[in-house]
Amino acid sequence: MTDPAMNGRPAGGGPPGEGGHPGDLPVLLPSALSRTGPETRLRPAHAWLLCGLAAVALPAWAQAGSGASSPLEVVIRWAPLLLTGFAFNVAISLMAMLLGTLAGTGLGIAMLAEGPVLRRLAWTVTQVFRNVPWLVLLFFVMFLVPFQVTVLGVRVPLPDWVKATFGFALPVMANVAEIVRGAVRSVPTTQWEAAESLAFTRRQILWRIILPQCAKRMLPPWMNVYALIAMATVQASIVGVTEMLTLTAQVHAAEGGRPELFAPLYGFALLCFFLYCYPIDRLTARLERRFETR
Amino acid sequence: MAGIPPSTWTSDQPIVRVSDVHKSFGTFEVLKGISFDVRKGEVVCIIGPSGSGKSTLIRCINALVPVTSGTIRVAGIEVADPKLDKLALRRTVGMVFQQYNLFPHKTALANVMMAPLHVLGQNRAEVEVRARALLAKVRLAGKEDAYPGELSGGQQQRVAIARSLAMRPDVMLFDEVTAALDPETVKEVLVTIRELAEEGMTCLLVTHEMNFAREVADHVYFTDRGVIVEHGPPATLFSAAQDERTRRFLSQVL
Repeated sequence: MTDPAMNGRPAGGGPPGEGGHPGDLPVLLPSALSRTGPETRLRPAHAWLLCGLAAVALPAWAQAGSGASSPLEVVIRWAPLLLTGFAFNVAISLMAMLLGTLAGTGLGIAMLAEGPVLRRLAWTVTQVFRNVPWLVLLFFVMFLVPFQVTVLGVRVPLPDWVKATFGFALPVMANVAEIVRGAVRSVPTTQWEAAESLAFTRRQILWRIILPQCAKRMLPPWMNVYALIAMATVQASIVGVTEMLTLTAQVHAAEGGRPELFAPLYGFALLCFFLYCYPIDRLTARLERRFETR
Repeated sequence: MAGIPPSTWTSDQPIVRVSDVHKSFGTFEVLKGISFDVRKGEVVCIIGPSGSGKSTLIRCINALVPVTSGTIRVAGIEVADPKLDKLALRRTVGMVFQQYNLFPHKTALANVMMAPLHVLGQNRAEVEVRARALLAKVRLAGKEDAYPGELSGGQQQRVAIARSLAMRPDVMLFDEVTAALDPETVKEVLVTIRELAEEGMTCLLVTHEMNFAREVADHVYFTDRGVIVEHGPPATLFSAAQDERTRRFLSQVL
């Protein structure tokens, strides 16, 4: 986290006005911040972190014994396999985001429904999936969803990574639902009145007038959710999905579990995720600033 | 479909008939038994101090606000009927708001075209021709591709009028449409409304523009604290008000 003066205005998701206010006492700032999600306004200097990450590998390299291959050689040798694992992480995160966004949009709209039953049900579902650890959801899905399903007489196998995708889609769904609900609610009611006066139906108003207006507002927090889910995909290694972290551990074991390989191998995983998520984070922050000053 | 009044309504009847309308928000009664008629082609202005329930009244007429009791009939449609077809009513009644309420993500032309396209399902090419003609009519030719944020308040309000007219309503409601405007742009909006009135559009206005009411209205209603205190043709009401409250109000605003 950066200095408190800079954090006076939250850069994270949610409409302006939520979270820290200029008048907040410093003592209130930590709690205000925690509600706005991770700090996205990093300084360009943080790019130096990259160099730092690269440096992680170097000390271990120096320690390498003469007989065994150097840590750098090990990383390079295994890089194609590890990157395949990383591609899995990316695939899982993208699929989870796609499914979660579709379901979350529906859920968010259901939270705005006129009927109290549907509205309360959607609200409860959202709250449940938003307020439990992602790993717990992942376990639930892994052990509750069968390894194959039969659809119209055709057996569809459900490999672990597909199940993990569902597991990650659930928290995405709940978070996207909140984003959609918040964005729709942030549009002035006068827009609804004007559209109603023109004889638009509720559904038309939502899809043609309200949601298109919020699309811009929803983009930064949505990307924020994506960056979080992309990083969270490594949790799939706990339930045995062959993604990057699992492969890294296997590679480490295959190389005899030499302690000096620990930092370079996991440093490589760290670097991959950082290089993937940091640009998303920067873009989110940039979009946020642009939409604020429109 | 739009613009054709149901068969129960004939043109010799008032197009808007408001009878003994009451409206309460919680325990606060805003409208305490309002009755009046508007005939086709008439221009009716409702004047009165702030908080007298004028805006609530006009919002009841297109069912944005439900009445507590009483009846409102617009071109044969019972507005207070629980089984009211709101969409049918709103195809008949156009409304323009104080804050323009244009759709900010659409151009002026698209704002005008949206409802005829998606509500009435009319042909795009025809709608576009009509929308361009309407924008020209409100003197905004050349601003078709401008977004609301790029237009002045007066220009936005004229787009809002064109947007409402694109539905070919039988009655137009104007809810303090000049109250949020700069003094110099008020006139351009009033000129537009006056032209509409001269073309025979039925107009019901809540307004603070007394000169406009005096020159354009056929009938003026003065409301205070939820009741109609006095009404009459503008010449009579403005120069020979009978009620003390009306006289006091007029002396303050004129």
